[in-house]
Amino acid sequence: MALDRWIALILLGVCLAYGYAAWFTMDAGLAPFMRRAPIWPSTFPKVLSILGVIATLFILLGIEKGGVKEAEIDYRRLGEYRLGQAVLLLALMVAYALCLRPLGFLISTSAFLILGAFILGERKLYVMIPIALIAALSVWYLVHGVLGIYMRPLPGFLGG
Amino acid sequence: MLEGLLIGLQTAFSVQNLLMVIGGCLIGTFIGMLPGLGPMSIIAIMIPVAISLGDPSAALILLAGVYYGAIFGGSTSSILLNAPGVAGTVASSFDGYPMARQGKAGKALTIAAIASFAGGTVGAILLMVFAPALSSVALLFHSAEYFALMVVGLSAIAAFAGTGQVAKALIMTVLGLIMATVGEGALFNLPRFTMGVMDLQSGFGFITLAMAMFALPEALFLVLKPKDMKGSEGDIKDLRISRSEAKAIAPVIGRQSIQGFFIGVLPGAGATIASFLGYAVERNIAPKHEQDEFGKGSIKGLAAPETANNAACTGSFVPLLTLGIPGSGTTAILLGALIALNVTPGPRLMLDEPQIFWAVIMSMFIGNLVLLILNLPLIPYIAKILAVPRNYLIPFILFFTLMGAYIGQNNATELLLLVGFGICATALKFADYPLAPLLIGFILGGMMEDNFSRSMQLYDGIAFIWERPMTLALLVIAAILIILPSYRNRRARARARGVAEGD
Repeated sequence: MALDRWIALILLGVCLAYGYAAWFTMDAGLAPFMRRAPIWPSTFPKVLSILGVIATLFILLGIEKGGVKEAEIDYRRLGEYRLGQAVLLLALMVAYALCLRPLGFLISTSAFLILGAFILGERKLYVMIPIALIAALSVWYLVHGVLGIYMRPLPGFLGG
Repeated sequence: MLEGLLIGLQTAFSVQNLLMVIGGCLIGTFIGMLPGLGPMSIIAIMIPVAISLGDPSAALILLAGVYYGAIFGGSTSSILLNAPGVAGTVASSFDGYPMARQGKAGKALTIAAIASFAGGTVGAILLMVFAPALSSVALLFHSAEYFALMVVGLSAIAAFAGTGQVAKALIMTVLGLIMATVGEGALFNLPRFTMGVMDLQSGFGFITLAMAMFALPEALFLVLKPKDMKGSEGDIKDLRISRSEAKAIAPVIGRQSIQGFFIGVLPGAGATIASFLGYAVERNIAPKHEQDEFGKGSIKGLAAPETANNAACTGSFVPLLTLGIPGSGTTAILLGALIALNVTPGPRLMLDEPQIFWAVIMSMFIGNLVLLILNLPLIPYIAKILAVPRNYLIPFILFFTLMGAYIGQNNATELLLLVGFGICATALKFADYPLAPLLIGFILGGMMEDNFSRSMQLYDGIAFIWERPMTLALLVIAAILIILPSYRNRRARARARGVAEGD
């Protein structure tokens, strides 16, 4: 089974779970006055769940067949691409999300930019570090000073 | 209209807004040149900046400038490197790149700049004529018709998705609508589908979703498969075009500005379709000896897609500004930004806030002029940005997507959502699912449910569908739009198998 049909299967599951929630769980806690209204909070989701199930079944059963297009990346040969780098970068993004608050903006951002370039194969530390520091500082200034959005610059124990 | 023009001039010619146009065009041109970053990603990245401006006209002017710049920048990299940064400029590389290989890169860029300018300007004039007319019709619409119109818009986007793609586009649209129902609902403000997670109470962030759908997968694709960034290293000289060449491309530009504009107005058909169609049409109507030139460096073959894609960009503003329904991923992002600024585009926009509408139109003229003036002398230098090493570029793109999502909500959970959705979007992209319908569905979902509930309450049930003829007609059109492509596809296949035609 091709990837697009696997995805359709997963989406079918999502639609069914969504539909279950809409049809059977949402109306239980509805206040009596709301029950008299012609439309309930669950009405629209109920319609959507049916539409979603129909559309995914169309793909799953292969009712609409299209010409196979030459994809930019052939997922069947994913191993031949630089998968490791992509996965590492995604992990780095998760790490950044988790560290942003505790470590502060400046440290996590510079670390993110340096490690990102490092993962991609850059080894010139004397270029990477200044660029990352300048970028982190100027973005922090823009966000904090110009846009006026508070972001903790330094970790808590340094008084950030 | 004259009064409106004056209001627009007044607003657009303030120092701040002029700076916005120039800045937007420059940023758009420079980022649009980078392969893999399309106008949608650039606009998504620019949204936090635009929203924090606080002034809706300035924000829209900035984003429109970025949009134009990105399309123009995309053609620069198509011509010089055969690496289109934007899908809408793929057709420009058919003839632009051969020209650059023949040492006529300067001429090709000049033609591209002039064609873009003409396409954008004619498009803006047509927008000025058609938008007020369309919006006075739209004022007759009630909530029931709005609901039906949104259904038509969404099904048109699915229907124009291409052969064999209709069901996929439909799934993505429904998925977008489903995601829009997460969070506090339109009715009674009950939290729905939050699974008890507090951070989902206000729903998914629209910027997060936009970044995850467009910028992140594009960046990941760049990581997975590095594009060949080496191009023709030749000097860029010979910028002038001769009088006979100008004469040859003038009718092409004229035809394609109008055709491109009207293709851009159709929902779902944006700059990409306009440019391919423009190229195909011009090749077919060209004389025989010129037809052979196409694909080998024909100036007509370059002027046609360049004009059409810029005119289509302008055309796609018509449904956004008059009906409040975005026809493309890019205008969907613009709509999201406008709603965040407390402006609801639609037929009332021209009555309630004419300065926004007219300022945008005036800034289109200014933006086109700025692009022409800035880009002609800058062409040799512009190409230099392509030398930024990928090792630095990609971490920065990823960082800007993270920043955009974080600034929007000030919430680290949003970043995890971004990465999660980004991975899902990449998988969807592998399987050739179109991502723009998801975002359009997400943005329209809330409005659609509002209008649906309002008409349900007014008619005390579903009766509005058959009691209002216009609603019924629109819904029938929507159904036809969905069914027709798959029916034709089926017939085409049956014919290919040798089944005899009925007549």
